[in-house]
Amino acid sequence: IGHGGGGRLSQQLIDTLFIPAFSNPALKAAHDGAVIASPSGSLAFSTDSHVVRPIEFPGGNIGSLAIHGTANDLAMCGAKPRWMSAGFILEEGLPIAQLREIVASMRHAADEVGIQIVTGDTKVVERGKGDSIYINTAGIGEMQASKPIGPATVREGDAILLSGDIGRHGMAIMAHREGLEFETTIESDSAHLWPAVEALIEAQLDLHCLRDLTRGGLAAAMHEISTASGHEFLLDEASISVDEAVLGACELLGLDALHVANEGRFAVILPGAEAEKALAILKAHAPGGNSASIIGTVGPNDRGTVLLKSLIGVERILDRPSGEQLPRIC
Amino acid sequence: MDTKLPGKEFHEVLIYIRGTVQGVGFRPFIARLADRYSISGWVRNDGRGVTIGARQTKENIRLFTDALLTELPGPARIDDWRVENPDTGSIDPTNAEFKILESPLSGESPIVPVTPDLAICPDCRSELMDPDNRRYHYPFINCTNCGPRYSIVESLPYDRERTTMSAFTMCPSCMEEYSNPLDRRFHAQPNACPDCGPQLSLVGMDGGLLAGQEGAVDQACDALRLKAIVAVKGLGGFHLFADASCAETIQLLRRRKHRDQKPFAVMFPDIESLRSHCHVTTAEEALLNSPAAPIVLVRQRTDSKVAVEVAPGNPWIGAILPYTPLHILLMSKFAGPLVATSANLSEEPLCSDNAEAIKRLAGIADMVLQHDRPIARAVDDSVLRISSHGSIVLRRSRGYAPTPLRLPENIGCTGAQLSVGAHLKNTIAIAMEKQVVVSPHIGDLSNNKSVKAFERTIDLLSRLYGGTADKVVCDLHPDYMSTQFAESLGIPIVRVQHHLAHIFSCLLEHGGGPEKVLGVVWDGTGYGEDKTIWGGEFIIVDKGNGTARRVAHLKPFPLPGGEAAVRQTGRSAVGLLYAANFLGDHPMRELVSRALGEEASNLPLLVKALEKNLNAPVTTSAGRLFDAAAALLGLSDRNTFEGQAGMAMEFAAAKSTSSPSPLPWRVDDSHHQAGALEVDWAPMILNLCTQFVSGNDPNQLAMDFHKTLASMILDVAQRIGVESVVLSGGCFQNAILSDFTTDLLKDSNFKVLLHHQLSPNDNSISAGQALAALTDITRVKS
Ligand SMILES: [Fe+3]
Ligand SMILES: [Mg+2]
Ligand SMILES: [Zn+2]
Ligand SMILES: [Zn+2]
Repeated sequence: IGHGGGGRLSQQLIDTLFIPAFSNPALKAAHDGAVIASPSGSLAFSTDSHVVRPIEFPGGNIGSLAIHGTANDLAMCGAKPRWMSAGFILEEGLPIAQLREIVASMRHAADEVGIQIVTGDTKVVERGKGDSIYINTAGIGEMQASKPIGPATVREGDAILLSGDIGRHGMAIMAHREGLEFETTIESDSAHLWPAVEALIEAQLDLHCLRDLTRGGLAAAMHEISTASGHEFLLDEASISVDEAVLGACELLGLDALHVANEGRFAVILPGAEAEKALAILKAHAPGGNSASIIGTVGPNDRGTVLLKSLIGVERILDRPSGEQLPRIC
Repeated sequence: MDTKLPGKEFHEVLIYIRGTVQGVGFRPFIARLADRYSISGWVRNDGRGVTIGARQTKENIRLFTDALLTELPGPARIDDWRVENPDTGSIDPTNAEFKILESPLSGESPIVPVTPDLAICPDCRSELMDPDNRRYHYPFINCTNCGPRYSIVESLPYDRERTTMSAFTMCPSCMEEYSNPLDRRFHAQPNACPDCGPQLSLVGMDGGLLAGQEGAVDQACDALRLKAIVAVKGLGGFHLFADASCAETIQLLRRRKHRDQKPFAVMFPDIESLRSHCHVTTAEEALLNSPAAPIVLVRQRTDSKVAVEVAPGNPWIGAILPYTPLHILLMSKFAGPLVATSANLSEEPLCSDNAEAIKRLAGIADMVLQHDRPIARAVDDSVLRISSHGSIVLRRSRGYAPTPLRLPENIGCTGAQLSVGAHLKNTIAIAMEKQVVVSPHIGDLSNNKSVKAFERTIDLLSRLYGGTADKVVCDLHPDYMSTQFAESLGIPIVRVQHHLAHIFSCLLEHGGGPEKVLGVVWDGTGYGEDKTIWGGEFIIVDKGNGTARRVAHLKPFPLPGGEAAVRQTGRSAVGLLYAANFLGDHPMRELVSRALGEEASNLPLLVKALEKNLNAPVTTSAGRLFDAAAALLGLSDRNTFEGQAGMAMEFAAAKSTSSPSPLPWRVDDSHHQAGALEVDWAPMILNLCTQFVSGNDPNQLAMDFHKTLASMILDVAQRIGVESVVLSGGCFQNAILSDFTTDLLKDSNFKVLLHHQLSPNDNSISAGQALAALTDITRVKS
């Protein structure tokens, strides 16, 4: 990609690269904005900017991630992802071939979810003013859940389920970025979660909370919901599935897989009586669902503590990620 | 006293006494003295101590007060006393009686210390074994000189109705003793006998009764002989007992408790039995027999039958003598050493409740020897050792806590100040007026049960001593559970740098110490002012100008994997050699590979992680330097419990046969902007490794390592030139390091301030935080 001054280049990219790739009627209309037929009922609206490094990694790239990220945020609201915008900030010097590949995987990911990219924007910045490529996506989804899903509805006695094994995305990115060669290549779990959520909604389960386990991993998600709901969470370490290669990498780096990011895993909180039914659905529909499990229960009201019952039965307090992670052992 | 009155005239005074004067037989002692000097009047406990109203001649009152101060009973301690309000006419001149009055429940805040739980006294011991005594073999015999205190107190003043004994009504015989001022059991709050007091029972893990009374002891004993693990309710909680001579039983206990290698304490029936297994010095024996009855580290004899599994690779045994009547009955029946380890899982607090014991110990114990005197709160055994410069407290708990420590003369506390301590080996401290009360050991705040105990202890000590805190003091480490708790309180918060808290904990023991000291604080991990992990620190504390300054430290090195490096000592070795640029050297690489043990194949990846700075926090920790050396010398490739590798270094050093000689080191003052000296361990490590590779004895090298560290400290102390040196931090639990350093410093005319009452480890951080905050020196400048 050459210099982006004047916007001629941007327009060229839009015409020759983006519009053909994302082809749909709204985009083809080439207006300043997209006009979409308003569905009946509520909408969910979410946005996310993606700055991941490296931009390509085992299991995906920044393009597929930009689709999954926003689509999954909509799914966690109980909404079927429908329309999306894509904003690109490209740095001078990014190979067109690489951009083409990223855009193709965006298209592929969007198709899988059943989402249309209806509007977009492209800016090209001078060399050194960006980091090859940033993508912002914003999405609109149609609410399918019959009532609001969120921490406020979490109750004592609820079950906490995990849709699959954890820690793949963060470790895949780190290994690839830092050139750490582990015996087995770790692939990102980047995937879209709507089909699994849709199946849970269709089964008419009383979903209290859904949360995708992105930055900060399972630990951050559990702390957020526990604090927001004001309930103690008790997780069972033995029931949380971590792939052996991921575990090995975590051990080597002294990291806790519970704190490592995922891009295709989520937690489900619903009444304990519905846990088994939900588990069966996760196993059938969730990415990595063969490792889905019931990982814990919601306890009584408190300040929001997350406890992790260790393999030997000690109730450890799961650390709140502070960003420093410095040793405390004296 | 009023001196205007002539000799033979009667007059009256009020005497206010503060200190450790409740629950120690103080009022009966006063009543006996009153009897001796024909004093009329009264004595009573109040929320702030004891008040005496006395009427007699001036001369007799003088004799009475002299005797009061000089004949004080063992556990009692007077911190402060004054005589006031002469001749108020409150004592009836026609009544010659001296009475013990009920304690008024006044509104004023109680600051009288709760006394610690005490071991059975010699009088009760002989009654226990006297077939003619009505308490013969009664496992709950006690008197004002012994028995439970802190562990049964629910609130103050210390009276029976405010203890867990309130459920038991004294029989006429017990009441008679309780009411007789001349009796040893006069106002002994837990006083009881077989007719009216707590009862013993042996139950299975389903809660079903197996045996009662003395049958319970017999049957428990039989089971122990048949390799059972029996939970026994002691003063401050349950212990797990198991035959210490039976390797198989101890292995079973290790499996069930998920405790790999951490040493178990051993209870011996008596000192003679202990002598047949261990070498015991006079000082150690005195400590074992003291009212605190702690666990004392003693050297195991080579002909001892105590199984090696009790303390693998450890020449010391944590020995303890029976300190409750129940222990005496059980031990005299079993007639051999029994492991007596806290009944808990891993680092959780020990069990103290009957129902909880059955629930939590299912799968660990085979049966429970329990009784129906409730324990208000769990209190662990204290642990001490004796070095050539006196005792070293490894854990200050039962028998010592919560005896208050006096604040230095010029320091006082208005209101109540709470200090929340460290994250591991946590204790909390409450300062008010002229004293600091440090809680018994609470433990590892990573687990929920300890955090609950932490919160309960804060609540209890606040209720006992002067109400809710109006200021809280914590560590700088943002991830300490105690820090997060302090932040949640919403009251003014003071943060004290970890190693400064260590120094102040030692100064507290020394009445505040001199105006200017050099604190040498060597430990495993503490959060530094520069957000790296400190632990090999030299800090000048100057009360004259109100500052603390970091004047030297060990050369920093990275820890690949952070806490993983604490568990796997080989990683500290990798970090050390990486920082010293030694990893390119083939024999060194070979050595560090070996140090990594099972992880050897990860060496290239660990080096890569260091190059890329992936989770590799930088440290100046002396504890990690010990770990790295232990790994390189093949002495310990892991810490399955805190300090394991450091202990392995000490044990190896103790086996060396030649006199120690220091290895080379370097003190560098060139490239540090702030002007602090950097103590470079690289020449020592290079020398150590080279000697080891060429086949020199690792035990001798471990000894030389200790000598080098002590010499480094002397070198820095001489360059700094501050006369008084404080030694604190977990590394000074190591007697060889502590003794070498103390000797070298003293030989060079330094004054050395060591810990004796408080531990050098993080157990005392709360105490140090308290004094640092009150002195208003809380942060370390560079
Ligand atoms: Fe420390
Ligand atoms: Mg998002
Ligand atoms: Zn006694
Ligand atoms: Zn009685």
